[in-house]
Amino acid sequence: MTVTEEVGPDTQLDALVLAGRPISSRLIMGTGGAANLEILERALIASGTALTTVAMRRVDATTGTGVLDLLRRLEIEVLPNTAGCRTAAEAVLTAQLAREALETHLVKLEVVADERTLLPDPIELLDAAEQLVDDGFTVLPYTNDDPVLARRLEQVGCAAVMPLGAPIGTGLGIRNPHNIAMIVEQAGVPVVLDAGIGTASEAAHAMELGCDAVLLATAVTRAGDPELMARAMRLAVEAGRAARGAGRIPRRYWAQASSPDVDV
Amino acid sequence: MVVWINGEARELAEGACVLDALGALGLPRIGVAVAVEGEVVPKVRWAGTELVDGARVEVLTAVQGG
Repeated sequence: MTVTEEVGPDTQLDALVLAGRPISSRLIMGTGGAANLEILERALIASGTALTTVAMRRVDATTGTGVLDLLRRLEIEVLPNTAGCRTAAEAVLTAQLAREALETHLVKLEVVADERTLLPDPIELLDAAEQLVDDGFTVLPYTNDDPVLARRLEQVGCAAVMPLGAPIGTGLGIRNPHNIAMIVEQAGVPVVLDAGIGTASEAAHAMELGCDAVLLATAVTRAGDPELMARAMRLAVEAGRAARGAGRIPRRYWAQASSPDVDV
Repeated sequence: MVVWINGEARELAEGACVLDALGALGLPRIGVAVAVEGEVVPKVRWAGTELVDGARVEVLTAVQGG
């Protein structure tokens, strides 16, 4: 008997859909933090991802196109981000340059307030989101775990909302699961848990809370064994998705026997 | 004339266009995007967009991140 790892629901039937387009994996990866492209390649393959972020930076004569070549070779769709932008104006220009360079309308919109927290600046974020939606982008905003802001982002036409579990790179997991649950409850677009994941159980937690996908980078790229952690994350996202769909039992205060009574 | 490319001063011939600037600096033409004075210049207009003395040019590409 062969044991298969494909325990998840059929990917074609259970694809993540972003702006009408199916994405075959619910694990969106980032490429930041990997020691080299060879390690990144092994991790991306093990993760099973179909959509992966890149950043936009000033080019010089020595800048290689390695990461783009890699994603193209692995047939992974590229998701440019606006990392490093502090204002709506900077983020809009960066997104427009990414669209031009990479020929995609997708953008992971990041507008952070400061280096120390890397938390989204909600005022600039909403402004940038509105401008980019008007300009024809499929906007996937990295946002705070704020249900009101998530609703506003959806209202201006974002194709998903991507609340943080904890600040970028902290690996603190989901600090406010109730807020994430509220965002899921009210959202009419996919919810992607973005940032804060440290290990596999936290990715499963995001999916059990009802998130449609998880986006992570550091947890894999800076793990002791990135390839093995990528595999763990893939399985965790599938397990969390299945558990959410299965419907967990209610929590009880007292014990409830799972075996029949002794005296029958 | 002097043109500021990615924050560095570069000497270019009078009347140089965006395409000339990329070529003179050995910058790739694939997978990059150009903004002049904060406005995107689409690839199809690189040859026809002349730079002026003191122009600020940004050339971006994708790198590992996010």
